[in-house]
Amino acid sequence: MAKRIDVSGLHVYYGDFLAVENVSMTIEPRSVTAFIGSSGCGKSTFLRTLNRMHEVTPGARVEGKVLLDDQDIYSPDVDPVEVRREVGMVFQRPNPFPTMSIYDNVIAGAKLNNRRLRKSEADDIVERSLRGANLWEEVKDRLDRPGAGLSGGQQQRLCIARAIAVEPSVLLMDEPCSALDPISTLAIEDLIAQLKENYTIVIVTHNMQQAARVSDVTAFFNLAGTGKPGKLIEMGETNKIFTKPEKKETENYITGRFG
Amino acid sequence: MTTTDPSTTTRAPRGRRRLGDVLFAGGAQGSGILILAILAGVAAFLILQSFDSLAANTANFFTTSEWHANTREEPAFGVAALAFGTVLAAAIALVLATPVAIGIALFIVYYAPRRIAAVLGYLVDLLAAIPSVVYGLWGIGWLVVQLAPFYAWLETYFGWIPLFAGPVSTTGRTMLSAGIVLAVMILPIITAMTRDVFLQVPQAHREAALALGATRWEMIRMAVLPFGRPGIIGGAMLGLGRALGETMAVAMILSPSLVISWFLLQSGNQTIAAHIALQYPEATGYGVSALISAGLVLFAITLVVNMAARFVVSRRKEFA
Repeated sequence: MAKRIDVSGLHVYYGDFLAVENVSMTIEPRSVTAFIGSSGCGKSTFLRTLNRMHEVTPGARVEGKVLLDDQDIYSPDVDPVEVRREVGMVFQRPNPFPTMSIYDNVIAGAKLNNRRLRKSEADDIVERSLRGANLWEEVKDRLDRPGAGLSGGQQQRLCIARAIAVEPSVLLMDEPCSALDPISTLAIEDLIAQLKENYTIVIVTHNMQQAARVSDVTAFFNLAGTGKPGKLIEMGETNKIFTKPEKKETENYITGRFG
Repeated sequence: MTTTDPSTTTRAPRGRRRLGDVLFAGGAQGSGILILAILAGVAAFLILQSFDSLAANTANFFTTSEWHANTREEPAFGVAALAFGTVLAAAIALVLATPVAIGIALFIVYYAPRRIAAVLGYLVDLLAAIPSVVYGLWGIGWLVVQLAPFYAWLETYFGWIPLFAGPVSTTGRTMLSAGIVLAVMILPIITAMTRDVFLQVPQAHREAALALGATRWEMIRMAVLPFGRPGIIGGAMLGLGRALGETMAVAMILSPSLVISWFLLQSGNQTIAAHIALQYPEATGYGVSALISAGLVLFAITLVVNMAARFVVSRRKEFA
């Protein structure tokens, strides 16, 4: 299920503007990789290239290679729609479909793959996904209620359930806890630790404690300078990055001394 | 603290009343009341003025189709055919215009290159600015002539559908022609409304759909159309309101007769608005009052349509 991601020489552009420069990295399956770095350093932008969501923005494009196992997701014969079914994404703000019930939200993606989903199959997927997102017990009695009526933390777990209902091999999370309170954040972090068993997880976070808590590998991004593109500075085991980073820039960032 | 002085607790603390605030609040309140007053005034006028003829009417106003009102002795008239024609013409217009409007709006917002979208949006707005009498001229001078052979074709191949049964009007001045011209007239309103709601669909919802592996069309079905539904309905109802009340275009195109007919390709039918416009100059006796009573019915129909629209829009509010 879980797949390896292999990025080599990736440049990310918005029109003519080079946003992220020359990133190469390998992300192992069944692990949690955290991207940290200051605002605007391109970590979210880079994350969005891993499921080709970047190109949804008009004028946005990339150069370089992103291999998912052995398949280059940017090769011309690859349909971005297929890539996104394989690489799920959870966004910064919980974004359940407001017009849909909890049930319909979870099944929305799975329905795209399989139009003639039988009711019993759909029920199974919904229950499995909600259990997988640690939300089943809280919502099982009100699956027909609007998804937008849940609390923020529950909505985010609903979005995770919706993403895993498609059975992707990779799950990208773009600051999934930044709009949540500490209790909900803890629930999501526990969930990430569980999901790691089955998925390759990449998470962008502003919260360094969170990166330290949930991730196996940490990648530090920084700007090369004002108006210059973002770069991958250092990547390594989370323990090492937070205790003995190799680069001075990384050390400055994690100890709170910027510059 | 078991007892408190009510005079100090019940009154909210009042700040200094500023002249600007007072004037503005008063002005806004007055404008709000004015709307109610105008609505009530129109309704009162219609009811009072129609009472005269309705009392003298010897026929059942709601079930009669004939119109013998221009007399002082035993007037007999009813709105059955007129109300039917009004609703039919508006319904045809709505059925034809709404899908096209949604299509144009989707194209402008999600498919067209930015420059084409801007030009197209501008053209649609221009369409809304054309006076209805010009549409009427265009309809009778050009459109009906073009439509006549098409109607003959429709009758040949689809005549078995009662709506398209013959004999086909050779002039093309039929209910369907009126409906088509009305559709063109209401197209810009519906398009503009739907385009605006489509533009408001939050990026978060669109990206949520795309991230699940939705194609563009699936994204539209999943995130855009459900979100835009109240706006689409609102736009359609605005269009319907205009179609119901539209006068000149229908008066010019339709060759009227006061019958209730489902045959869209035959001449016949008439709408309330066009009937009032055509009859008013010659109204004598109870005629004017009778026309006002027809206007009252139109007023009621529009009111009901709008209320129904609001009901539909608000029904699933918790999901919006």
